[in-house]
Amino acid sequence: MADLLVEFFTWAFGVTLVPWFATLLGIVVGILAIVLPLLIAVAMSVYMDRKVWAGMQMRRGPNVVGPWGLMQSFADGLKLFLKETIIPASANKFIFLLAPALTFILALVGWAVIPFGDGVVLANLNVGILYLFAMSSLGVYGIILSGWASNSRYAFLGALRSSAQMVSYEVSIGFVLVTVLMCAGSLNLSEIVLAQKNAFMGVNGYWFTPLFPMLIVFFISALAETNRPPFDLPEAESEIVAGYQIEYSSMAFALFFLGEYANIILMCAMTSILFLGGWLPPVDWEPLYIIPGWIWFFGKIIFMFFVFAWVKATVPRYRYDQLMRLGWKVFLPLSLLWVVLTGLFLLLTDKIPA
Amino acid sequence: MLLLKHAARTFLLSEFVKAMWLTFRYMFRPKATINYPYEKGHLSPRFRGEHALRRYPNGEERCIACKLCEAICPAQAIVIEAAVADDGSRRTTRYDIDMTKCIYCGYCQEACPVEAIVEGPNFEFATETREELYYNKEKLLKNGEMWEQEIATNIKLDAPYR
Repeated sequence: MADLLVEFFTWAFGVTLVPWFATLLGIVVGILAIVLPLLIAVAMSVYMDRKVWAGMQMRRGPNVVGPWGLMQSFADGLKLFLKETIIPASANKFIFLLAPALTFILALVGWAVIPFGDGVVLANLNVGILYLFAMSSLGVYGIILSGWASNSRYAFLGALRSSAQMVSYEVSIGFVLVTVLMCAGSLNLSEIVLAQKNAFMGVNGYWFTPLFPMLIVFFISALAETNRPPFDLPEAESEIVAGYQIEYSSMAFALFFLGEYANIILMCAMTSILFLGGWLPPVDWEPLYIIPGWIWFFGKIIFMFFVFAWVKATVPRYRYDQLMRLGWKVFLPLSLLWVVLTGLFLLLTDKIPA
Repeated sequence: MLLLKHAARTFLLSEFVKAMWLTFRYMFRPKATINYPYEKGHLSPRFRGEHALRRYPNGEERCIACKLCEAICPAQAIVIEAAVADDGSRRTTRYDIDMTKCIYCGYCQEACPVEAIVEGPNFEFATETREELYYNKEKLLKNGEMWEQEIATNIKLDAPYR
Protein backbone atom coordinates (compact mmCIF):
# COMPACT_ATOMS: atom_id res chain seq x y z
CA MET A 1 0.00 0.00 0.00
CA ALA A 2 2.75 2.44 0.98
CA ASP A 3 4.77 1.77 -2.19
CA LEU A 4 1.67 2.26 -4.29
CA LEU A 5 0.98 5.60 -2.60
CA VAL A 6 4.55 6.79 -3.15
CA GLU A 7 4.25 5.91 -6.82
CA PHE A 8 0.86 7.59 -7.06
CA PHE A 9 2.07 10.81 -5.47
CA THR A 10 5.12 10.93 -7.70
CA TRP A 11 2.97 10.36 -10.74
CA ALA A 12 0.12 12.72 -9.83
CA PHE A 13 1.81 15.60 -7.99
CA GLY A 14 5.49 15.09 -8.65
CA VAL A 15 6.16 14.86 -4.92
CA THR A 16 8.24 12.16 -3.32
CA LEU A 17 6.80 11.06 0.00
CA VAL A 18 8.93 10.47 3.06
CA PRO A 19 8.78 6.74 3.88
CA TRP A 20 7.24 7.10 7.33
CA PHE A 21 4.60 9.46 6.01
CA ALA A 22 3.81 7.11 3.16
CA THR A 23 3.36 4.26 5.65
CA LEU A 24 1.10 6.39 7.83
CA LEU A 25 -0.93 7.55 4.85
CA GLY A 26 -1.18 3.95 3.67
CA ILE A 27 -2.63 2.90 7.01
CA VAL A 28 -5.11 5.78 7.07
CA VAL A 29 -6.25 5.03 3.52
CA GLY A 30 -6.58 1.36 4.46
CA ILE A 31 -8.68 2.22 7.51
CA LEU A 32 -10.95 4.48 5.47
CA ALA A 33 -11.25 1.82 2.79
CA ILE A 34 -12.60 -0.55 5.42
CA VAL A 35 -14.62 1.77 7.66
CA LEU A 36 -16.55 3.73 5.04
CA PRO A 37 -17.93 0.68 3.19
CA LEU A 38 -18.53 -0.88 6.59
CA LEU A 39 -20.71 2.01 7.72
CA ILE A 40 -22.71 1.80 4.51
CA ALA A 41 -22.93 -1.96 5.01
CA VAL A 42 -24.23 -1.36 8.53
CA ALA A 43 -26.95 0.95 7.21
CA MET A 44 -27.85 -1.58 4.54
CA SER A 45 -27.83 -4.44 7.04
CA VAL A 46 -30.36 -2.61 9.21
CA TYR A 47 -32.52 -2.27 6.12
CA MET A 48 -32.04 -5.94 5.21
CA ASP A 49 -32.80 -6.99 8.76
CA ARG A 50 -36.05 -5.09 8.73
CA LYS A 51 -36.98 -6.33 5.27
CA VAL A 52 -36.34 -9.99 6.09
CA TRP A 53 -38.14 -9.66 9.38
CA ALA A 54 -41.08 -7.98 7.68
CA GLY A 55 -41.17 -10.57 4.90
CA MET A 56 -41.41 -13.44 7.33
CA GLN A 57 -44.25 -11.70 9.11
CA MET A 58 -45.99 -11.09 5.79
CA ARG A 59 -45.42 -7.35 6.04
CA ARG A 60 -43.73 -5.08 3.54
CA GLY A 61 -41.11 -3.43 5.68
CA PRO A 62 -39.57 -0.06 4.84
CA ASN A 63 -40.59 0.79 1.26
CA VAL A 64 -41.21 4.52 1.07
CA VAL A 65 -37.86 6.32 1.47
CA GLY A 66 -35.95 6.00 -1.78
CA PRO A 67 -36.33 3.14 -4.25
CA TRP A 68 -37.70 0.09 -2.38
CA GLY A 69 -37.04 2.00 0.84
CA LEU A 70 -33.29 1.66 0.43
CA MET A 71 -32.65 5.07 1.98
CA GLN A 72 -34.62 4.29 5.13
CA SER A 73 -31.54 3.77 7.31
CA PHE A 74 -30.05 7.06 6.15
CA ALA A 75 -33.32 8.85 6.90
CA ASP A 76 -33.35 7.29 10.38
CA GLY A 77 -29.73 8.29 10.86
CA LEU A 78 -30.46 11.85 9.81
CA LYS A 79 -33.40 12.00 12.20
CA LEU A 80 -31.26 10.76 15.08
CA PHE A 81 -28.51 13.18 14.14
CA LEU A 82 -30.86 16.15 14.35
CA LYS A 83 -32.28 15.18 17.74
CA GLU A 84 -31.16 16.52 21.08
CA THR A 85 -28.75 14.50 23.17
CA ILE A 86 -30.37 14.23 26.56
CA ILE A 87 -28.06 13.55 29.48
CA PRO A 88 -29.91 12.55 32.65
CA ALA A 89 -29.27 14.91 35.55
CA SER A 90 -27.98 12.15 37.81
CA ALA A 91 -25.85 10.46 35.16
CA ASN A 92 -22.09 10.46 35.14
CA LYS A 93 -21.66 12.61 32.05
CA PHE A 94 -18.22 11.48 30.99
CA ILE A 95 -18.85 7.75 31.25
CA PHE A 96 -22.37 8.19 29.89
CA LEU A 97 -20.98 9.64 26.66
CA LEU A 98 -17.92 7.40 26.63
CA ALA A 99 -19.95 4.18 26.60
CA PRO A 100 -21.60 4.47 23.15
CA ALA A 101 -18.33 5.67 21.62
CA LEU A 102 -16.57 2.69 23.17
CA THR A 103 -19.14 0.25 21.78
CA PHE A 104 -18.86 1.80 18.35
CA ILE A 105 -15.07 1.93 18.29
CA LEU A 106 -14.70 -1.63 19.55
CA ALA A 107 -17.09 -2.85 16.87
CA LEU A 108 -14.93 -1.15 14.23
CA VAL A 109 -11.43 -2.05 15.41
CA GLY A 110 -12.14 -5.75 15.11
CA TRP A 111 -12.25 -5.31 11.34
CA ALA A 112 -8.53 -4.52 11.24
CA VAL A 113 -7.60 -8.21 11.16
CA ILE A 114 -10.37 -9.50 8.90
CA PRO A 115 -8.89 -10.75 5.62
CA PHE A 116 -11.01 -9.78 2.61
CA GLY A 117 -8.91 -11.82 0.22
CA ASP A 118 -5.54 -13.48 -0.07
CA GLY A 119 -3.29 -10.88 1.60
CA VAL A 120 -5.98 -8.19 1.54
CA VAL A 121 -5.91 -7.38 5.22
CA LEU A 122 -5.11 -4.21 7.14
CA ALA A 123 -3.15 -5.86 9.95
CA ASN A 124 -1.98 -9.39 9.27
CA LEU A 125 -1.65 -10.27 12.93
CA ASN A 126 -0.33 -13.69 13.83
CA VAL A 127 -2.74 -13.75 16.76
CA GLY A 128 -5.62 -12.33 14.73
CA ILE A 129 -8.21 -14.63 16.21
CA LEU A 130 -7.18 -13.75 19.77
CA TYR A 131 -7.34 -10.05 18.89
CA LEU A 132 -10.80 -10.50 17.45
CA PHE A 133 -11.92 -12.46 20.49
CA ALA A 134 -10.49 -9.82 22.82
CA MET A 135 -12.21 -6.98 20.97
CA SER A 136 -15.59 -8.69 21.00
CA SER A 137 -15.12 -9.42 24.71
CA LEU A 138 -14.29 -5.78 25.43
CA GLY A 139 -17.67 -4.89 23.91
CA VAL A 140 -19.24 -5.75 27.24
CA TYR A 141 -17.56 -2.67 28.73
CA GLY A 142 -19.53 -0.32 26.52
CA ILE A 143 -22.73 -1.87 27.73
CA ILE A 144 -21.94 -2.12 31.42
CA LEU A 145 -20.53 1.42 31.49
CA SER A 146 -23.68 2.74 29.85
CA GLY A 147 -25.84 0.86 32.33
CA TRP A 148 -23.85 2.14 35.29
CA ALA A 149 -23.49 5.73 34.11
CA SER A 150 -27.17 6.10 33.22
CA ASN A 151 -28.07 5.82 36.92
CA SER A 152 -31.34 4.19 35.99
CA ARG A 153 -32.72 0.87 37.21
CA TYR A 154 -33.77 -0.42 33.82
CA ALA A 155 -30.43 0.47 32.30
CA PHE A 156 -28.56 -1.13 35.16
CA LEU A 157 -30.60 -4.33 34.97
CA GLY A 158 -30.03 -4.51 31.24
CA ALA A 159 -26.32 -3.96 31.62
CA LEU A 160 -26.02 -6.64 34.30
CA ARG A 161 -27.95 -9.12 32.22
CA SER A 162 -25.85 -8.32 29.21
CA SER A 163 -22.52 -8.71 30.95
CA ALA A 164 -23.51 -12.01 32.55
CA GLN A 165 -24.78 -13.26 29.21
CA MET A 166 -21.72 -12.21 27.24
CA VAL A 167 -19.32 -13.67 29.76
CA SER A 168 -21.20 -16.98 29.76
CA TYR A 169 -21.24 -17.37 26.03
CA GLU A 170 -17.66 -16.30 25.56
CA VAL A 171 -16.64 -19.46 27.36
CA SER A 172 -18.21 -21.72 24.76
CA ILE A 173 -17.05 -19.46 21.92
CA GLY A 174 -13.54 -19.88 23.29
CA PHE A 175 -13.77 -23.66 23.10
CA VAL A 176 -15.24 -23.52 19.60
CA LEU A 177 -12.27 -21.40 18.58
CA VAL A 178 -9.95 -23.98 20.12
CA THR A 179 -11.39 -26.75 17.93
CA VAL A 180 -10.95 -24.60 14.84
CA LEU A 181 -7.42 -23.67 15.83
CA MET A 182 -6.51 -27.30 16.38
CA CYS A 183 -7.59 -28.10 12.85
CA ALA A 184 -5.93 -25.04 11.30
CA GLY A 185 -2.76 -25.01 13.36
CA SER A 186 -2.60 -21.23 13.25
CA LEU A 187 -4.01 -18.17 14.97
CA ASN A 188 -3.67 -16.09 11.82
CA LEU A 189 -7.04 -15.56 10.17
CA SER A 190 -5.66 -15.73 6.63
CA GLU A 191 -3.97 -19.02 7.40
CA ILE A 192 -7.14 -20.38 8.98
CA VAL A 193 -8.95 -19.63 5.74
CA LEU A 194 -6.22 -21.17 3.61
CA ALA A 195 -6.10 -24.26 5.84
CA GLN A 196 -9.70 -24.94 4.91
CA LYS A 197 -8.81 -25.33 1.25
CA ASN A 198 -7.42 -28.82 1.67
CA ALA A 199 -8.99 -29.72 4.97
CA PHE A 200 -9.58 -33.31 6.03
CA MET A 201 -13.01 -34.88 5.80
CA GLY A 202 -14.42 -31.67 4.45
CA VAL A 203 -17.06 -31.24 1.81
CA ASN A 204 -15.30 -29.51 -1.07
CA GLY A 205 -12.34 -28.63 1.04
CA TYR A 206 -14.46 -27.26 3.86
CA TRP A 207 -14.59 -28.08 7.51
CA PHE A 208 -18.23 -28.54 7.07
CA THR A 209 -18.67 -32.11 8.26
CA PRO A 210 -16.50 -32.52 11.34
CA LEU A 211 -16.97 -29.02 12.65
CA PHE A 212 -20.59 -28.47 11.67
CA PRO A 213 -21.88 -28.89 15.25
CA MET A 214 -19.35 -26.30 16.31
CA LEU A 215 -20.60 -23.96 13.61
CA ILE A 216 -24.07 -24.22 15.14
CA VAL A 217 -22.73 -23.69 18.65
CA PHE A 218 -20.65 -20.75 17.46
CA PHE A 219 -23.58 -19.23 15.61
CA ILE A 220 -25.94 -19.49 18.58
CA SER A 221 -23.26 -18.12 20.90
CA ALA A 222 -22.71 -15.28 18.45
CA LEU A 223 -26.41 -14.49 18.70
CA ALA A 224 -26.04 -14.29 22.47
CA GLU A 225 -22.80 -12.36 22.21
CA THR A 226 -24.32 -9.65 20.02
CA ASN A 227 -27.54 -9.46 22.08
CA ARG A 228 -29.62 -10.55 19.13
CA PRO A 229 -33.01 -12.21 19.40
CA PRO A 230 -33.73 -14.80 20.79
CA PHE A 231 -31.13 -13.72 23.36
CA ASP A 232 -31.87 -10.00 23.41
CA LEU A 233 -32.57 -10.00 27.14
CA PRO A 234 -30.40 -6.92 27.80
CA GLU A 235 -32.88 -4.88 25.81
CA ALA A 236 -35.99 -6.99 26.31
CA GLU A 237 -38.59 -4.33 25.68
CA SER A 238 -41.42 -6.21 27.40
CA GLU A 239 -39.49 -6.48 30.67
CA ILE A 240 -36.94 -3.69 30.98
CA VAL A 241 -38.07 -1.36 28.17
CA ALA A 242 -34.80 -0.90 26.26
CA GLY A 243 -32.30 -2.04 28.87
CA TYR A 244 -28.99 -0.24 28.80
CA GLN A 245 -30.07 2.02 25.91
CA ILE A 246 -33.02 3.51 27.77
CA GLU A 247 -31.48 6.86 28.71
CA TYR A 248 -29.80 7.38 25.37
CA SER A 249 -31.03 9.61 22.59
CA SER A 250 -29.76 11.20 19.40
CA MET A 251 -26.24 10.35 18.23
CA ALA A 252 -25.37 8.50 21.43
CA PHE A 253 -28.16 6.07 20.69
CA ALA A 254 -27.18 5.97 17.02
CA LEU A 255 -23.64 4.99 17.99
CA PHE A 256 -24.97 2.13 20.09
CA PHE A 257 -27.17 1.05 17.23
CA LEU A 258 -24.39 1.24 14.65
CA GLY A 259 -21.98 -0.51 16.99
CA GLU A 260 -24.47 -3.29 17.56
CA TYR A 261 -24.95 -3.92 13.87
CA ALA A 262 -21.23 -3.57 13.12
CA ASN A 263 -20.69 -6.21 15.77
CA ILE A 264 -23.25 -8.47 14.15
CA ILE A 265 -21.55 -8.12 10.77
CA LEU A 266 -18.22 -8.77 12.47
CA MET A 267 -19.61 -11.97 13.95
CA CYS A 268 -20.94 -12.97 10.51
CA ALA A 269 -17.49 -12.32 9.06
CA MET A 270 -15.91 -14.36 11.84
CA THR A 271 -18.29 -17.26 11.18
CA SER A 272 -17.53 -17.21 7.48
CA ILE A 273 -13.78 -17.07 8.11
CA LEU A 274 -13.71 -19.80 10.72
CA PHE A 275 -16.17 -22.24 9.18
CA LEU A 276 -17.26 -21.23 5.70
CA GLY A 277 -13.87 -20.66 4.12
CA GLY A 278 -13.67 -16.85 4.11
CA TRP A 279 -12.85 -15.57 0.64
CA LEU A 280 -12.60 -19.03 -0.95
CA PRO A 281 -15.41 -19.99 -3.32
CA PRO A 282 -17.89 -22.51 -1.91
CA VAL A 283 -16.59 -25.29 -4.21
CA ASP A 284 -12.92 -25.92 -4.92
CA TRP A 285 -13.40 -25.60 -8.67
CA GLU A 286 -11.05 -23.55 -10.83
CA PRO A 287 -13.53 -21.29 -12.75
CA LEU A 288 -15.05 -20.11 -9.47
CA TYR A 289 -11.74 -18.49 -8.54
CA ILE A 290 -12.27 -15.96 -11.35
CA ILE A 291 -14.80 -14.17 -9.15
CA PRO A 292 -12.79 -12.01 -6.73
CA GLY A 293 -12.43 -13.33 -3.20
CA TRP A 294 -14.08 -10.38 -1.51
CA ILE A 295 -17.30 -11.07 -3.41
CA TRP A 296 -17.42 -14.61 -2.04
CA PHE A 297 -16.59 -13.23 1.37
CA PHE A 298 -19.37 -10.63 1.24
CA GLY A 299 -21.75 -13.24 -0.08
CA LYS A 300 -21.03 -15.42 2.92
CA ILE A 301 -21.41 -12.49 5.31
CA ILE A 302 -24.72 -11.58 3.73
CA PHE A 303 -25.87 -15.19 3.99
CA MET A 304 -24.92 -15.32 7.66
CA PHE A 305 -26.65 -12.01 8.27
CA PHE A 306 -29.74 -13.37 6.59
CA VAL A 307 -29.67 -16.28 9.03
CA PHE A 308 -29.32 -13.81 11.91
CA ALA A 309 -32.44 -12.01 10.73
CA TRP A 310 -34.16 -15.30 10.00
CA VAL A 311 -33.64 -16.55 13.55
CA LYS A 312 -34.91 -13.23 14.85
CA ALA A 313 -38.13 -13.72 12.92
CA THR A 314 -38.54 -17.33 14.03
CA VAL A 315 -37.61 -17.86 17.66
CA PRO A 316 -39.26 -16.20 20.66
CA ARG A 317 -37.08 -14.65 23.36
CA TYR A 318 -35.50 -17.00 25.89
CA ARG A 319 -36.17 -16.69 29.58
CA TYR A 320 -33.13 -15.68 31.56
CA ASP A 321 -32.63 -19.02 33.34
CA GLN A 322 -33.06 -20.86 30.02
CA LEU A 323 -30.37 -18.67 28.54
CA MET A 324 -27.97 -19.44 31.34
CA ARG A 325 -28.80 -23.15 31.26
CA LEU A 326 -28.12 -23.27 27.53
CA GLY A 327 -24.82 -21.48 27.91
CA TRP A 328 -23.40 -23.32 30.89
CA LYS A 329 -25.10 -26.73 30.87
CA VAL A 330 -25.40 -27.43 27.16
CA PHE A 331 -22.89 -25.46 25.14
CA LEU A 332 -20.00 -25.58 27.54
CA PRO A 333 -19.96 -29.41 27.93
CA LEU A 334 -20.74 -29.87 24.26
CA SER A 335 -17.92 -27.66 23.02
CA LEU A 336 -15.55 -29.14 25.59
CA LEU A 337 -16.47 -32.64 24.42
CA TRP A 338 -15.88 -31.58 20.84
CA VAL A 339 -12.46 -30.20 21.73
CA VAL A 340 -11.56 -33.60 23.18
CA LEU A 341 -13.04 -35.51 20.23
CA THR A 342 -11.33 -33.34 17.64
CA GLY A 343 -8.06 -33.58 19.53
CA LEU A 344 -8.34 -37.37 19.75
CA PHE A 345 -9.21 -37.62 16.10
CA LEU A 346 -6.29 -35.46 15.04
CA LEU A 347 -3.95 -37.39 17.28
CA LEU A 348 -5.09 -40.86 16.23
CA THR A 349 -5.17 -40.11 12.49
CA ASP A 350 -1.88 -38.26 12.76
CA LYS A 351 -3.33 -35.15 11.14
CA ILE A 352 -2.13 -32.54 13.57
CA PRO A 353 -1.16 -29.53 11.45
CA ALA A 354 2.50 -28.63 11.69
CA MET B 1 -35.96 -45.14 23.88
CA LEU B 2 -38.08 -42.11 24.59
CA LEU B 3 -35.07 -40.46 26.14
CA LEU B 4 -33.03 -41.20 23.05
CA LYS B 5 -35.72 -39.77 20.82
CA HIS B 6 -35.91 -36.65 22.95
CA ALA B 7 -32.14 -36.27 22.96
CA ALA B 8 -31.96 -36.69 19.21
CA ARG B 9 -34.66 -34.10 18.74
CA THR B 10 -32.87 -31.68 21.04
CA PHE B 11 -29.41 -32.05 19.57
CA LEU B 12 -30.48 -32.13 15.94
CA LEU B 13 -32.51 -28.96 16.59
CA SER B 14 -35.30 -30.50 14.53
CA GLU B 15 -37.94 -28.19 15.98
CA PHE B 16 -35.84 -25.16 15.16
CA VAL B 17 -35.23 -26.40 11.64
CA LYS B 18 -38.96 -26.97 11.16
CA ALA B 19 -39.76 -23.51 12.49
CA MET B 20 -37.10 -21.88 10.33
CA TRP B 21 -38.42 -23.66 7.27
CA LEU B 22 -41.91 -22.42 8.08
CA THR B 23 -40.81 -18.80 8.41
CA PHE B 24 -38.78 -19.13 5.23
CA ARG B 25 -41.86 -20.23 3.31
CA TYR B 26 -43.87 -17.40 4.83
CA MET B 27 -41.42 -14.94 3.31
CA PHE B 28 -42.77 -15.79 -0.14
CA ARG B 29 -46.44 -15.61 0.80
CA PRO B 30 -48.49 -12.67 -0.47
CA LYS B 31 -48.23 -9.78 1.95
CA ALA B 32 -51.01 -9.38 4.47
CA THR B 33 -50.52 -5.62 4.65
CA ILE B 34 -51.41 -3.05 2.00
CA ASN B 35 -48.99 -0.57 0.52
CA TYR B 36 -50.60 2.20 2.54
CA PRO B 37 -49.84 5.62 1.16
CA TYR B 38 -50.42 4.33 -2.38
CA GLU B 39 -53.09 1.78 -1.57
CA LYS B 40 -55.91 2.25 0.88
CA GLY B 41 -58.26 -0.11 2.62
CA HIS B 42 -62.03 -0.09 2.20
CA LEU B 43 -63.99 2.37 4.34
CA SER B 44 -67.53 1.82 5.50
CA PRO B 45 -70.08 4.57 4.64
CA ARG B 46 -70.46 4.89 8.41
CA PHE B 47 -66.78 5.69 8.90
CA ARG B 48 -66.30 8.56 11.32
CA GLY B 49 -63.39 10.69 10.24
CA GLU B 50 -62.72 14.41 10.02
CA HIS B 51 -65.65 16.72 10.67
CA ALA B 52 -67.32 18.90 8.06
CA LEU B 53 -70.13 21.46 8.02
CA ARG B 54 -72.40 21.04 5.01
CA ARG B 55 -74.41 23.46 2.93
CA TYR B 56 -77.62 23.02 0.98
CA PRO B 57 -77.20 22.75 -2.79
CA ASN B 58 -78.18 26.42 -3.11
CA GLY B 59 -75.22 27.37 -0.94
CA GLU B 60 -77.16 28.08 2.23
CA GLU B 61 -75.61 26.82 5.45
CA ARG B 62 -77.48 23.86 6.91
CA CYS B 63 -76.56 24.61 10.50
CA ILE B 64 -79.35 26.33 12.46
CA ALA B 65 -77.32 26.79 15.65
CA CYS B 66 -79.60 24.53 17.71
CA LYS B 67 -76.54 23.52 19.77
CA LEU B 68 -77.68 19.90 20.08
CA CYS B 69 -74.23 18.73 19.00
CA GLU B 70 -72.59 20.97 21.59
CA ALA B 71 -74.91 19.57 24.25
CA ILE B 72 -74.40 15.92 23.37
CA CYS B 73 -70.64 16.08 22.79
CA PRO B 74 -69.18 13.84 25.52
CA ALA B 75 -65.74 15.35 25.18
CA GLN B 76 -67.12 18.92 25.18
CA ALA B 77 -65.09 19.63 22.12
CA ILE B 78 -67.67 21.82 20.38
CA VAL B 79 -68.27 25.50 21.13
CA ILE B 80 -71.09 27.35 19.36
CA GLU B 81 -72.25 30.96 19.52
CA ALA B 82 -75.38 32.04 17.69
CA ALA B 83 -76.92 35.25 16.42
CA VAL B 84 -79.64 36.40 14.07
CA ALA B 85 -78.37 36.82 10.55
CA ASP B 86 -79.26 39.59 8.09
CA ASP B 87 -82.04 37.53 6.55
CA GLY B 88 -83.59 36.98 9.98
CA SER B 89 -82.57 33.34 10.26
CA ARG B 90 -80.72 31.89 13.23
CA ARG B 91 -77.09 31.24 12.36
CA THR B 92 -73.85 30.40 14.11
CA THR B 93 -71.30 33.17 14.50
CA ARG B 94 -68.81 30.71 15.91
CA TYR B 95 -68.55 26.98 15.45
CA ASP B 96 -65.33 25.54 16.88
CA ILE B 97 -64.34 21.91 17.24
CA ASP B 98 -61.24 21.08 19.20
CA MET B 99 -60.02 18.06 17.24
CA THR B 100 -57.58 17.18 20.00
CA LYS B 101 -60.50 16.70 22.39
CA CYS B 102 -62.80 14.94 19.94
CA ILE B 103 -63.19 11.21 20.46
CA TYR B 104 -64.90 10.59 17.11
CA CYS B 105 -68.00 9.05 18.67
CA GLY B 106 -70.26 10.51 16.00
CA TYR B 107 -72.89 11.76 18.46
CA CYS B 108 -72.83 15.24 16.93
CA GLN B 109 -73.75 13.75 13.58
CA GLU B 110 -76.53 11.67 15.20
CA ALA B 111 -77.88 14.68 17.10
CA CYS B 112 -77.93 17.04 14.14
CA PRO B 113 -81.52 17.52 12.88
CA VAL B 114 -80.43 18.98 9.53
CA GLU B 115 -77.42 16.81 8.71
CA ALA B 116 -75.18 19.85 8.93
CA ILE B 117 -72.31 18.54 11.04
CA VAL B 118 -71.02 15.22 9.73
CA GLU B 119 -67.95 13.10 10.13
CA GLY B 120 -66.56 12.56 6.67
CA PRO B 121 -64.39 9.79 5.26
CA ASN B 122 -61.11 11.72 5.61
CA PHE B 123 -58.74 10.32 8.22
CA GLU B 124 -55.50 11.88 6.99
CA PHE B 125 -55.55 15.28 8.63
CA ALA B 126 -52.46 15.06 10.78
CA THR B 127 -50.83 18.43 11.38
CA GLU B 128 -47.48 19.68 12.51
CA THR B 129 -48.82 21.98 15.22
CA ARG B 130 -51.52 21.60 17.82
CA GLU B 131 -53.11 24.92 16.85
CA GLU B 132 -53.98 23.62 13.41
CA LEU B 133 -56.26 21.06 15.05
CA TYR B 134 -58.49 23.74 16.64
CA TYR B 135 -61.01 23.85 13.81
CA ASN B 136 -63.24 26.90 13.37
CA LYS B 137 -66.35 27.42 11.30
CA GLU B 138 -64.44 28.52 8.24
CA LYS B 139 -62.28 25.38 8.24
CA LEU B 140 -65.30 23.12 8.81
CA LEU B 141 -67.26 24.72 5.96
CA LYS B 142 -64.21 24.32 3.72
CA ASN B 143 -64.09 20.63 4.62
CA GLY B 144 -67.77 20.43 3.73
CA GLU B 145 -67.11 21.83 0.28
CA MET B 146 -64.11 19.57 -0.24
CA TRP B 147 -65.80 16.32 0.77
CA GLU B 148 -69.47 17.03 -0.15
CA GLN B 149 -69.49 14.40 -2.91
CA GLU B 150 -68.26 11.59 -0.69
CA ILE B 151 -70.31 12.66 2.33
CA ALA B 152 -73.51 12.82 0.28
CA THR B 153 -72.87 9.37 -1.20
CA ASN B 154 -72.17 7.90 2.24
CA ILE B 155 -75.32 9.39 3.74
CA LYS B 156 -77.36 8.02 0.85
CA LEU B 157 -75.78 4.57 1.20
CA ASP B 158 -76.41 4.47 4.93
CA ALA B 159 -79.95 5.89 4.77
CA PRO B 160 -81.77 2.50 4.42
CA TYR B 161 -80.36 1.37 7.76
CA ARG B 162 -81.42 4.42 9.76
